[in-house]
Amino acid sequence: MELLCPAGNLPALKKAIDNGADAVYIGMKDDTNARHFAGLNFNDGKLAKAADYVHQHGKKLHVAINTFAHPCGEARWRKAVDNAVAIGCDALIIADLGILDYAATKYPDVGRHVSVQASTTNLEAIKFFKNNFAVERVVLPRVLSVQQVRQLAKTSPVKLEVFAFGSLCIMSEGRCYLSSYMTGESPNTAGACSPAKYVRWQETDKGLESRLNNVLIDRYQSDENAGYPTLCKGRFEVDDNVYHALEEPTSLNTLELIPELVKMGIASVKIEGRQRSPAYVEQVAKTWRMALDRCAKNPEQYQVEQAWMNTLANLSEGSQTTLGAYHRKWQ
Amino acid sequence: MKLSLGPSLFFWPKNDVEAYYQQALTSKADIIYLGETVCSKRRELRAKDWINLAKELASNSNKQIVLSTMTLLESPAEIQTLRRLCANGELLIEANDLSAVQMMHEQQLPFVAGPAINCYNIATLKVLLKQGMSRWVMPVELSGDWLRTLLQQAEQENIRDQFECEVFAWGYMPLAYSARCFTARSEDRPKDDCQYCCINYPQGRKMDSREGERVFILNGIQTMSGYQYNLVNEVPEMASIGVDIARISADSEQAFTMLDRFGKQLVHAEKYPLDGVEECNGYWHKIAGMSVA
Repeated sequence: MELLCPAGNLPALKKAIDNGADAVYIGMKDDTNARHFAGLNFNDGKLAKAADYVHQHGKKLHVAINTFAHPCGEARWRKAVDNAVAIGCDALIIADLGILDYAATKYPDVGRHVSVQASTTNLEAIKFFKNNFAVERVVLPRVLSVQQVRQLAKTSPVKLEVFAFGSLCIMSEGRCYLSSYMTGESPNTAGACSPAKYVRWQETDKGLESRLNNVLIDRYQSDENAGYPTLCKGRFEVDDNVYHALEEPTSLNTLELIPELVKMGIASVKIEGRQRSPAYVEQVAKTWRMALDRCAKNPEQYQVEQAWMNTLANLSEGSQTTLGAYHRKWQ
Repeated sequence: MKLSLGPSLFFWPKNDVEAYYQQALTSKADIIYLGETVCSKRRELRAKDWINLAKELASNSNKQIVLSTMTLLESPAEIQTLRRLCANGELLIEANDLSAVQMMHEQQLPFVAGPAINCYNIATLKVLLKQGMSRWVMPVELSGDWLRTLLQQAEQENIRDQFECEVFAWGYMPLAYSARCFTARSEDRPKDDCQYCCINYPQGRKMDSREGERVFILNGIQTMSGYQYNLVNEVPEMASIGVDIARISADSEQAFTMLDRFGKQLVHAEKYPLDGVEECNGYWHKIAGMSVA
């Protein structure tokens, strides 16, 4: 089972490779990828360097071109595909049907992975992608239970990749317009959820307030940890009851599922976080490498070490982790 | 421009659903969509009930009746149900997931690409046309300008006559889908023990910020806009850029009144000031969806 790590810049990419990633995924420095943040991602020169480093170490490079093309900007998405192919990427991660069509027609020999943003959650949808674009892999959204993943793995005609660790998107990815409803900018077309330029922090009599485009997302008392105001992780009011109506600030962590995922034949476990620091990528890659190696050596005896959990919890939102939708009770 | 009544996104008792669609037959809608699009646990009407109801409506009127299908399909049982709907043998299907597109293509039958299919550009329109799409419902988050450009491109490429274009023009917008049931969560229960509580909230559950600002509506695994989208003032513009159908989303309170109002707009356009507390039109105008332009 491949360990696939994120990188938002060259130092993070090197940390990933040096600490045990089998493959790294990156994106271009524009709105063609779903982590379009200031100061992040790769221009043409850096892209080539990334490919060199990864390939010198015998590892693989995946390039995410996973937003949806604008009617006046399709050329930018096609160029992103051309550039990724030109530097010798091993796989293209694509969400847009039109761009998948372009890649399949022009570069039939370059591997195509269906991005999580394409929201592919069942066998018939997987068949759609296989029949039309000969994709070699589908990345599953973070909405399926372990039982559902197992069932899909049994019948899927293409390889499956699942999210293993990182920020927990609780909606079916690519089908969430909450952020554009509140800010006007969509993850699907602008490549960022709850964009930083709409975030405002304010100290008030009632506590520290976080706002997104002026909507109050959360208010913290002095003994509470304040988190980034991702809009689905705030506290809201439903009939006088104030609580995390959608989700708590928490991260996905599936270390305990490793033996099961291996048994199912999952091709790759993906670490979320192209927006995170090289130090983060280093810690997560190292921990997951240890866990995967331990499992490979003796799957029956595999047990999650408390030290791994502590390391990952320290890197997580609200220092909390969850199995998310993999665990039925979370749903 | 025609008017459609979109599928009810809420969970209503069977009798209410049947009464609602009897009323719909006398409404201004030219097209009626019906079927469960949100949650497979909502079984007041099962697949065969929806098919029977739809066929009965079709035989009792000259309106076009369309069966709408689920958006987030996760289990083989849900796929089985979808297959039954797609094989109804008579009625047009609204596909809200690529699984339904796949099934309709296998049968060589036309379909409507619903608002939850991510179609943002001409290349994607072409892919869907090749699959058999006969009508495209624009994703709710796109703007009037985006649509104008796209429809112009379709003209230039000589494919504009191959599909109708429909716009979600009134109602609470479906914005997101999750594995988690937020209505069950609001009653402190897991989804597997939801007790079908959505039925107690015929217009969903309101979720406000801690300052009392309406943010979203919780509707089972679906999150909806807190405000009702209202493009009543954009009807002339929609008509001028070539929108074929304006969709009024079914709700138990105002949908029929709105069908009347939109119908009048088509004949003689008037300006209706929007109430910024309950309504919005931001998406069409390229600003935050919840805003009023």
